[in-house]
Amino acid sequence: MSKNTPDVSRRDLLRGLGVSMTLTTAGVQVVSAQDAGHVHHAVRAEKTERGDYKPKCFTAHEYETLRRLAELIMPADEQSGSALDAGAPEFIDFLASRNDELAAIYTGGIAWLDAQMRRRYAKAFVDAEPGQQTAMLDLIAYRRNESPELNPGIQFFTWARNMVVDAYFTSKMGMDYVGFMGNGAVSHFSVPREAVEYALKRSPFASEA
Amino acid sequence: MVQIIRTPQVHDVVVIGSGAGGGTAVKVLTDLGLQVTLLEAGPMLNPQKDFKEHVLPYEVDHRGAGEHAELYFHRQQWGYFNAPNGYWNIPGEPYTVAPGSQFEWFRSRILGGRTNHYGRISLRFSDYDFKPYSTDGLGDDWPVTYDEIAPYYDKAEGFMGVTGTKEGIRSAPDGNFLPPIPPRVHEILIQKASHKLGIPCIPSRMAMLTKSIHGRAACHYCGQCGRGCRTASAFSSSQAMIFPAMKTGKLTVITGAMARELLTDERGRIKAVSYVDKASRSEKQIRCRAVVVAASACESARLLLNSKSPRFPNGVANTSGVVGRYLTDTVGNGLSGRIPALAGLPRHNSDGIGGMHLYMPWWLYDKKNKEFPRGYHIEIGGGFGMPQIGTFHGECRMHEGYGRALKEKIREDYGTLVGFAGRGEMIPNEHSYCEIDPGKVDQWGIPVLRFHWRWSDHEIKMARHMNETFAALIETMGGKVIGLKNPERESEGISIGGTIIHEAGTVRMGNDPKTSALNRFCQAHDVPNLFVADAAPFVSNPDKNVTLSIVAFAWRTSEYLAEEMRKGNV
Repeated sequence: MSKNTPDVSRRDLLRGLGVSMTLTTAGVQVVSAQDAGHVHHAVRAEKTERGDYKPKCFTAHEYETLRRLAELIMPADEQSGSALDAGAPEFIDFLASRNDELAAIYTGGIAWLDAQMRRRYAKAFVDAEPGQQTAMLDLIAYRRNESPELNPGIQFFTWARNMVVDAYFTSKMGMDYVGFMGNGAVSHFSVPREAVEYALKRSPFASEA
Repeated sequence: MVQIIRTPQVHDVVVIGSGAGGGTAVKVLTDLGLQVTLLEAGPMLNPQKDFKEHVLPYEVDHRGAGEHAELYFHRQQWGYFNAPNGYWNIPGEPYTVAPGSQFEWFRSRILGGRTNHYGRISLRFSDYDFKPYSTDGLGDDWPVTYDEIAPYYDKAEGFMGVTGTKEGIRSAPDGNFLPPIPPRVHEILIQKASHKLGIPCIPSRMAMLTKSIHGRAACHYCGQCGRGCRTASAFSSSQAMIFPAMKTGKLTVITGAMARELLTDERGRIKAVSYVDKASRSEKQIRCRAVVVAASACESARLLLNSKSPRFPNGVANTSGVVGRYLTDTVGNGLSGRIPALAGLPRHNSDGIGGMHLYMPWWLYDKKNKEFPRGYHIEIGGGFGMPQIGTFHGECRMHEGYGRALKEKIREDYGTLVGFAGRGEMIPNEHSYCEIDPGKVDQWGIPVLRFHWRWSDHEIKMARHMNETFAALIETMGGKVIGLKNPERESEGISIGGTIIHEAGTVRMGNDPKTSALNRFCQAHDVPNLFVADAAPFVSNPDKNVTLSIVAFAWRTSEYLAEEMRKGNV
């Protein structure tokens, strides 16, 4: 789970909103419409974190497995939360509830994963030790391990990784993590001088500067 | 359809299609005092409701993947956030492709057409572009020179609002420009690489307002022009031309109106337009003094070919037999690269205007003994774009694994990708054309088009040259080529015909009625009250993206039509 409780993240957002209204970038007032939107959506995200989401497609066990996978694929760190915090399981469940082909990829993939785990550790994936879970993922997270035995797992993990990564980086949390600062409305466009110098210094054109 | 409803009154001009050409005709004709009726096959546009500008992915449950996860299964026709304006496949309105050909046809069905979403790249054709045959012996010369159309480029740019700088480059004629926009960090690196390779790289010419004109607000630099612009700061015919014309009382807009046929009188003039009212599935006729067809190059050809009568057995305005022939699209090729110098770049808002802030015009026009005729320009991409579904699939595939390491690598890679897209001139050939499919009609009972397509060696060689140039640019920047930019839209290193969405040439103009359908004012040789105002009249398809020229030619055609009507000739 994220180290940020919902209340803290909301407070931070509100504080951030106040800051961005007074902060100027290269002398240009940043319009705050987007930040106001962020607060609205953070409130929505809190509801998700409180766990009132009811899976529409997956069984409780499948959904628990998906939650654990989301956490393992994009974990929390000192700077940001995990894909679980970013709503990845809800995103996947929502789409799977509207697309049978997608649902089958996940139900089939999770069942395959559990069968493998039972054979190796006599436990379903979610019930296994963290070390056992990652040992399994280390097999299916790489194309170099392709084999008739592992291919179904590798294919499933490719889907899960893509969609968990999508869910994470299209969330407010993920956008903040990569440092996306766009989607604003500004009166002038300018590029920070330090950014230009940073890139030129590291480029083959450094000596020309 | 048992009953055909005919309007009792005779309208001055019926314009068919509301994109760049139709919008211009509506604007110019109503400005000159004529009563105009506009037929649009799609619905009315409501920018406040229809445009998804500023919506973040997490504001929708599917984050942009589509209500049924279409994006993940390559079934999403058009990005969820893009302006809603058309499709590659329209239910109930099919087209066919001849065996052995590959062609994809993008059609718009909404007021404003493709101008709601298009790239807004606004490049004048050069003096030599109007004389291709005289230059290299291929194709045909235009019946119009650069000097004749230049005043209309001035008008088009002045009205639309186009960024740019005067550069004195022959392949990029200077115009009537708004202030340019500063280059982004990756564009500064690209410009340095470009200059090192002897390729000019200049401020882009884009129809976005770097200052307010004609009551349209200046750009607010969110970079989302492709979603449609609620403030109309990016040009669209719907917002900049048609909505204002509706307020004059001189324009009637009929939406959901699919033109079926142009009806001629005993003198061989257009007397009425027959169209299907989609809502009631009934056929209606609207009488008029003149008609301007601007339904898009192929749709316009289809309408003429379907307008058969004893006098015009091959379709109206088609005595020459050229309608549907000389179909061209732009030659496309793309390549991406990863630029290490951009790794860890201090974060900032790089949105700017939607699309490139710099571009490279064609630079080898004076070179002798090139491997291919004509040329191309280069469009560039990169920066800190809004993360979307699929943005990091490339990283997932490249780095594999999971966990903290993958998370950190994605952050490190963010903003290090640059993309190059070549947009080149195709030479019309006898194997590329559209015709009426004799065996198929759409759900409105209108015979559909069948496409034939073949690239020649000229285009294949040009696409290869593009790819080599892009690789050289990436390497000169210290980067690494990572593969085709948009591989599903390319086969064998060249775009699939139609996919650059620059179709032209299907109702071409010329001085000789035996080899052209329209005269130099885009007036049908055979039918004096029939005009065409999209890219169908274009004799060639220079590497300059057609929209600005569509506006310029439609403007000239509309002024000519109004004058001819005033004189009583039409």
